[in-house]
Amino acid sequence: MELLVATAIGALTASGVYLILRLRSFPVVIGTAMLSYAVNTFLFATGRLAVNQPPILGASAAGVVDPIPQALVLTAIVISFGMTALIVMLMLRAYLETSDDAVNLDPEDRP
Amino acid sequence: MTLALIALTPFLGALLPALMIRTGRNACAVTAGGVTLFALILLLVEAPAVWRGEVLLQRVDWMPGLGLNATFMLDGLGLFFAGLILGIGLLVILYARFYLDRDDPMGRFYSYLLLFQGAMVGIVLSDNVLMLLIFWELTSLSSFLLIGYWRHAPEGRQGARMALAVTGMGGLAMIGGMLILGDIAGSYDLSVILTKGEAIQASPLYLPALLLILLGCFTKSAQFPFHFWLPHAMAAPTPVSAYLHSATMVKAGIFLMARLWPALSGTPEWFYIVSTTGLVTMVIAAVIALFKDDLKALLAFSTVSHLGLITMLLGFGTPMAATAAVFHILNHATFKAALFMSAGIVDHAAHTRDIRRLGGLRRLMPATFWVATIAALSMAGAPLLNGFLSKEMMLEEAVHTPWLGLGWPIPLLATVGALFSAAYSFRLIGHVFLGPQRDDYPAAPHDPGPGLLAAPALLVAGVVAIGLAPAMVAGGLVNLVADAVTGGAAEPVKLKIWHGLTLALAMSAVALVGGYLLLARYADAVARWRRAGVFAAKPVFDALIALLAALAERGTSALHAGTLPRALGALCVALLAMGFAGWGEGALAGSRETLTPPLIALAPWALLIGTCLAAARMHHDRLMMVLLTSVVGLVVSLGFVYLSAPDLALTQISVEVVTTVLMLLALNFLPKDSPDETGPMLRTAQAGLALVAGLGAAALSYAVMTRDGPTISEFHVAQSYPGGGGTNVVNVILVDFRGFDTFGEIIVLAIAALGIYALLDGALRGPSLGRVISWVPDQERSKDRHPMMLVVATRFLLPVSLVVGLFILLRGHNQPGGGFIAGLVVAIALVMQYVASGYAWTAQRRPMDHHGMIGLGVLVAGLTGAGAWLADRPFLTSAYGYVTLPPLEKFELATAMAFDLGVFLTVVGAVLLALENLSRVARFAEQPGPDEPMDVDPSAEPRTAQEKG
Repeated sequence: MELLVATAIGALTASGVYLILRLRSFPVVIGTAMLSYAVNTFLFATGRLAVNQPPILGASAAGVVDPIPQALVLTAIVISFGMTALIVMLMLRAYLETSDDAVNLDPEDRP
Repeated sequence: MTLALIALTPFLGALLPALMIRTGRNACAVTAGGVTLFALILLLVEAPAVWRGEVLLQRVDWMPGLGLNATFMLDGLGLFFAGLILGIGLLVILYARFYLDRDDPMGRFYSYLLLFQGAMVGIVLSDNVLMLLIFWELTSLSSFLLIGYWRHAPEGRQGARMALAVTGMGGLAMIGGMLILGDIAGSYDLSVILTKGEAIQASPLYLPALLLILLGCFTKSAQFPFHFWLPHAMAAPTPVSAYLHSATMVKAGIFLMARLWPALSGTPEWFYIVSTTGLVTMVIAAVIALFKDDLKALLAFSTVSHLGLITMLLGFGTPMAATAAVFHILNHATFKAALFMSAGIVDHAAHTRDIRRLGGLRRLMPATFWVATIAALSMAGAPLLNGFLSKEMMLEEAVHTPWLGLGWPIPLLATVGALFSAAYSFRLIGHVFLGPQRDDYPAAPHDPGPGLLAAPALLVAGVVAIGLAPAMVAGGLVNLVADAVTGGAAEPVKLKIWHGLTLALAMSAVALVGGYLLLARYADAVARWRRAGVFAAKPVFDALIALLAALAERGTSALHAGTLPRALGALCVALLAMGFAGWGEGALAGSRETLTPPLIALAPWALLIGTCLAAARMHHDRLMMVLLTSVVGLVVSLGFVYLSAPDLALTQISVEVVTTVLMLLALNFLPKDSPDETGPMLRTAQAGLALVAGLGAAALSYAVMTRDGPTISEFHVAQSYPGGGGTNVVNVILVDFRGFDTFGEIIVLAIAALGIYALLDGALRGPSLGRVISWVPDQERSKDRHPMMLVVATRFLLPVSLVVGLFILLRGHNQPGGGFIAGLVVAIALVMQYVASGYAWTAQRRPMDHHGMIGLGVLVAGLTGAGAWLADRPFLTSAYGYVTLPPLEKFELATAMAFDLGVFLTVVGAVLLALENLSRVARFAEQPGPDEPMDVDPSAEPRTAQEKG
């Protein structure tokens, strides 16, 4: 199971990194969302994997999994949503202002 | 709290002059003086106890675990320096009132001056070295403001920048040194460090700590080769020079060396580094000072020279030398401040500070002449003045101090230094005041009013008083301070004018006579000096700064060349390099037992991998991207369900719904596909980079998951029910153990939502509005804008979803759920109304403004937290109890629920504010249609039948 989760995190990261290197804003935003999934899953995995041991007292005789990473990831998911929403709006506004969604400056504007 | 108050008074008082300037310049100066006087009185109230030999300590614990506490200490040394800072501060405030022009913003000047004063007092009263470092940096910053006070003058700005660069760099070094010192001593409190001298000097880290601390002290006290900033700082107004560069800031380095003297001194390293630096500085600066034509530059280099003298004495490491150093600090502060003020008066009256254009001022400015002459004679070391006494003590110590086993280098060089010191002092008198009167002064020189003369005259009175009756006027103080510096090792000395015919007296005489003869042949000496060619530090410094700036510029423009992929690619490469560098050896897999996945788990795994690949390949098709992202979200939620994280699964899946709606709404306005503009070579390289990053992330995750590590979760699991009153540990952590964290996060969410509102609100103005209105949908619209099936279904579902949301909120403390998830569920239910029935219909019926809902949420959470104060508990301590309300079963009530309610409201408000505003923009763009959700209104009376009837 650990191998599956680790490769999944790797695939999410690779996909995210490739997408944030694109030249249009929309794939870049999706890339950051992919990276958020990867990071959240990694943080979750630092609590080590366990099956049928939810961090609810009395729910399982086998004990409970480390709850702290879960609590951290829970807020991280909500904050990533806030961040994604903000950059989506930023992207939208930039497009509405300039009719262009390229992430690079025009060659003549570059320093 | 008196000690803390003494240090805080100037900081608090710094606000006043800026305000009082509106009522006039006198009121402004009086306020600044009043603040200083108040601090001085507080200090004097504490003085008798210190005089009796007590050491006052005052402690406010802040972060005891890190050794970071606000601790203040007042002993003889602290009292002496604080007295100097506040006393001379008072005189400088008086002087500046009459010195500053009508055009100079005086309120700003006094505010800066008080800020600086507070920082200096903080340094000398700190017991905690970490706090001392903060005050240390504050002096660098506030002196930057003061030196650059005349913003219009380029030399002022450059001098301020140079001072900040040099002293700031030293400050950074000193932070390192102090941390090492505190680490060796096991405490960051000076009162402890000073008792650990032997342990510190035996430590292998003694030398690095010493070097770093001395770097800080030498830069601050302008020791060679860092002396060059001080003359350039003379571009400051003269009151600033008199204050910072004679009595206070440059003495901060000296203070610290004296403060740490018991802990650091006495080793050969200390002796050779400190005393040699001091000696070299003293001689070189005295020589340079003689040939400076700017009056203030002469004084600046003479200050450097005298600081070198004091440094050398501290470097000797003997109690007697330390006593001499203390005495000279006092004497130098008095005569040098008086001299700076006199220089300012001459500049004011004659409109020039160039010694070559002055001379013969004796009869034109008799009062100034006497003040400056007495102070300068004291600086030269003439008998019956205070400078003579401490210089005698210095020469006496020099005679007894061998250097590398040789007896002659230190006495010889000290005499040379004293000789040049006498020469430049005589030059100041002779070339400025004596000689024939001239008729080409830039302005007619005249004595100033009493306001400007009072401060230097008072200081000169001190010079004479100490010079005539040293034991009576200064003896007690010097012995008290020397006792504090040496940790009790100094024998009380009796300060006397006449020590008998000693070698030191002979050296003194040689210096005075030699200085006079040298000045008599000044023209010759200048010619030789010019021929020798002087090494100037400023061009070197400027070249160094230019080089650094060019390197930074090159690095920045290479990485941030206006292309995002390059900047982000560089970031990825750097992260990867650090990651692989940190890898070291060690196997990938640890020894932790791994779980065997059920065969079925391979299906979602393969789906996820495939989706990731597809996302990279099909990123041109944006709608497809949104779909693929939600597939990823669903698989991740599934993973959370399987891997014992029900709360995460619920959160993830509800966030997924909201994100997808948001993306689709935004995509409405954006192009539906992205062209591929990256060349094949670069694309391959990027894919390679992504692959390596993925492998790295996978390897890291695998390494972590297959090892056991320390965890602090036992405490949380054990205390969840007895302490927090809930069985859902994740929720208890969120609302209780880490409630402060959660509180911060909902505020972040609230700010993000308000940011979105601002961004979208602005989209309906200016060129953006034009684009929105003239926008033509690029996709076919459904003919049925509000399908009746959807409208009816969502309305039926709304109460059900609200109840489910409430249920999730209430049970969250004990079962999976809680404010975040409930908020998302309710937000989705409401968003569905917008989707089905349209913006206008839903917006009319929303119960409350979303801004208000966000604010209410944060307020409820904050008030719940603050409620703990009523029970005398820290912020966000929760309480719970059980209540029986017939006919219900016994149920639990916890304050954490109110906090969770705040979370819930914030989440609902934030999500709705974002989505609603997006659809508001969309409404401008779409063809205006009917606002009613349905083209027929089934709730209206069936008109047809009645009308017919």
